[in-house]
Amino acid sequence: MNAMPKFNRRTFLVSSVAAGLSLGFHIPFSDEAHAQDATPEVNAWVVIKPDDTVVIRIARSEMGQGTRTGLAQLVAEELQCDWSKVTTEYPTPGQNVARNRVWQNFSTGGSRGIRESNEYVRKGGAAARMMLIQAAANDWNVPVAECRAENSVITHQPSGRSTTYGKVAEAASKLEAPKDVPLKAAKDWTIAGKPLKRLDTVAKTNGTQVYGLDIKLPGMLVASIKESPLLNGKVKSFDASKAEGRPGVRKVVQVGDNAVAVIGDTFYQTKTALADMPIEWDGGENVKVSSDTIAAMLKEGLGAEQAFVGNKAGDAKAALASATKRVEAVYSYPFQAHATMEPMNATALYTPERCEVWCPTQNGEAALAVCAEAAGLPVAKCDVYKQDLGGGFGRRGMSDYVRQAVTVAKQMPGTPIKLIWSREDDMTHDFYHPISQCKLSAGFDTAGNLTALHMRISSQSIMAYVFPQNLQNGMDPAVFQGLTPNSPEGHFGYSIPNLLIDHAMRNTAVRPGFWRGVNTNQNAIYVECFMDELAHATGQDPLAFRQKLLADHPKHLAVLNAVAERAGWGKPAPAGIYRGLAQFMGYGSYVAAVAEVSVNNGQLKVHRIVAATNSGHAVNPAQIERQVAGSFVYGLSAALYGECTVKDGRMQQENFDTYEVMRMDEMPKVETIVMPSNDFWGGVGEPTISVAAPAVLNAIFAATGKRIREIPLKNHDLKTA
Amino acid sequence: MIKLTVNGKTHEVDVDPDTPLLWVIREWVGLTGTKYGCGIAQCGACTVHIDGVATRSCSIPVSAVANNQITTIEGLAQSGTPHPVQKAWVALDVPQCGYCQSGMIMAVAALLKENPKPTDADIDAAITNICRCGTYQQVREAIHAAASA
Repeated sequence: MNAMPKFNRRTFLVSSVAAGLSLGFHIPFSDEAHAQDATPEVNAWVVIKPDDTVVIRIARSEMGQGTRTGLAQLVAEELQCDWSKVTTEYPTPGQNVARNRVWQNFSTGGSRGIRESNEYVRKGGAAARMMLIQAAANDWNVPVAECRAENSVITHQPSGRSTTYGKVAEAASKLEAPKDVPLKAAKDWTIAGKPLKRLDTVAKTNGTQVYGLDIKLPGMLVASIKESPLLNGKVKSFDASKAEGRPGVRKVVQVGDNAVAVIGDTFYQTKTALADMPIEWDGGENVKVSSDTIAAMLKEGLGAEQAFVGNKAGDAKAALASATKRVEAVYSYPFQAHATMEPMNATALYTPERCEVWCPTQNGEAALAVCAEAAGLPVAKCDVYKQDLGGGFGRRGMSDYVRQAVTVAKQMPGTPIKLIWSREDDMTHDFYHPISQCKLSAGFDTAGNLTALHMRISSQSIMAYVFPQNLQNGMDPAVFQGLTPNSPEGHFGYSIPNLLIDHAMRNTAVRPGFWRGVNTNQNAIYVECFMDELAHATGQDPLAFRQKLLADHPKHLAVLNAVAERAGWGKPAPAGIYRGLAQFMGYGSYVAAVAEVSVNNGQLKVHRIVAATNSGHAVNPAQIERQVAGSFVYGLSAALYGECTVKDGRMQQENFDTYEVMRMDEMPKVETIVMPSNDFWGGVGEPTISVAAPAVLNAIFAATGKRIREIPLKNHDLKTA
Repeated sequence: MIKLTVNGKTHEVDVDPDTPLLWVIREWVGLTGTKYGCGIAQCGACTVHIDGVATRSCSIPVSAVANNQITTIEGLAQSGTPHPVQKAWVALDVPQCGYCQSGMIMAVAALLKENPKPTDADIDAAITNICRCGTYQQVREAIHAAASA
């Protein structure tokens, strides 16, 4: 019961051996484990043990997206090691800081894991290979150019002598790192680019995978927390006597100015004690906030004079005024919760000398900084041991629960405390997908050409809340994801001579956050459903209408054409089945989808989705297919059910009974076309979500003639008259 | 004291009889493969077998199962050999984050015992566990694979 998870023990040891740090461990380790793990690293990315086991260090967090396997493939490709001997481990954020950020960025979000770090991790693998070969050549006293490495075996070709990586790893670790490290061309890859199995599957099928919620430490207690149910509310008073003295309850503590926690032996004891404890809250002015007041504020922004401009060509307002035909529509997108399957949690151990945290996090270094701040200790006296995440989706880029855990643990020095959020805590204290409205106005000339488009977004800014330092003269550039000109991150594919896309920032009392797909989710609905409206308004085929406008952007066009062809666009669909399509660019990747739906007596069924993605390089096509299929579950859950509402300053949805998500019975057949053009690096985890909802909404229009301009669909009657 | 038989082993736990079985399994017995997801029998992450029947352990008090055989994900393999469902899960690389998969696998193992060759409609009706990563397509394939193994 009180054993440390093996994974952490190894991570601890890596820190002591590799980094040469004096970390003041609290946990005793067996000498055997120490000897086994004491292999020196070849470099920061690669450790090779005497038995030829290859340990690849992974800086990004694994949350299901497969980054562990993909990054390991990239390192292994250049290392030219035996893939069957590859294992991985996380270095700690504290080690990264202590080693001058040798592993660079730990932050795992924005579908950046592979596209941002591919070059330096491949160089890590290549440099290690060069050092291993050099060590063998030195040993044999032969020119390095006569030696080759393959599958973890180094061969001196003229003599036929050979050795393994494990035998020369220690010698290699003492060599200087090479300065010039050439990389293979993608066409020569044998490990990267292949549909390999994930490295972390077995433990997820037999109960041995350790998540943050499963951490066990000697003498550990647990804590339940109640944070203000009123938006940004504070604790006014609480009666600890109602919890104290109950079986299993050890201590009641206030956490910051907005929460109260009960520390005790087990979760059921702390949770029920907390539930029975009277707490008074001060919600201030926010108790007047409701979904209606927020909607009214956003609606005002649709017509406001002042707005930040994200994309501009020609003179859209003048062109609209002189257009022969005008089409207008207003769309909206609600707040949504991430609802990771594993609720927020963190385990903290504080002493006046040191503070350590075990937690699921998408941002290990931010968690470390928060840990140090909450503990009141220098960063060098803190560390964070990342656990694989039971879902992240952007929620775990925030470190609020880490701060809480440390604040709780600080009130019981020397005792490790696992803070466990209930699902209700999780759903009512999220950083929500921001709420948004959009008014679109289009103008056509007499020949039926689209000459003008004005897209006015009125929405909450994530950046203004999370990273205000990243605003540009007050503007949140991320609002325009997929809508900007010439952005490698995601540019607007349609060529429209008079274009204006602008944003009226209207921030609410509900805290916003990055939610898988982020602003591409609503932007794709706005653009792609409105494009569908424009095609129908002018009697054009939705595919042909888009193809004409995308002619200047061949990569956008290519994915669109691929899904149209595979789905049989233009050919008769099976009886009762209707099609809709959408394309978008986000996270550096080009994506498109065709949805096939039926609507019978108001009952929607999504039968099939054909999706295409060009992520530039495709490091693991099998895992990309899984990410695409999974992204549609996330996107369709949002389209069908996703909505968090506010009443009297409180979030109303608390659990999966009122915040429904998609299950097996609603899962369409997803066919994914992975079509890398091999000339750039794009993301995978997020981009395809954005086309899920608009493709389905457009198919619903085809089936029913009903144009749904606000999700979720559960609020709409799809029955046709 | 409540007697509890988990994976064939009897435990005596000094616990409030209202404590949900899930938390007794996780915190008193010490088996953490069974997961907490919602606490209201909505998501299925906590699914275990009680006398072979898939049951959401978050919403059943421990006192109600004192005389029953409880099987958790850790007890699904028989003498070291993974259950056919676990084998299919590995063969088809089903899990993503994996957090829901213990419950998913337990639900599927119980389904296949009742209905060795389920149709897609049978699967839709029986497997109502939530997966936020969205592994449903692989789950369905793996169920069919396990059924024909």
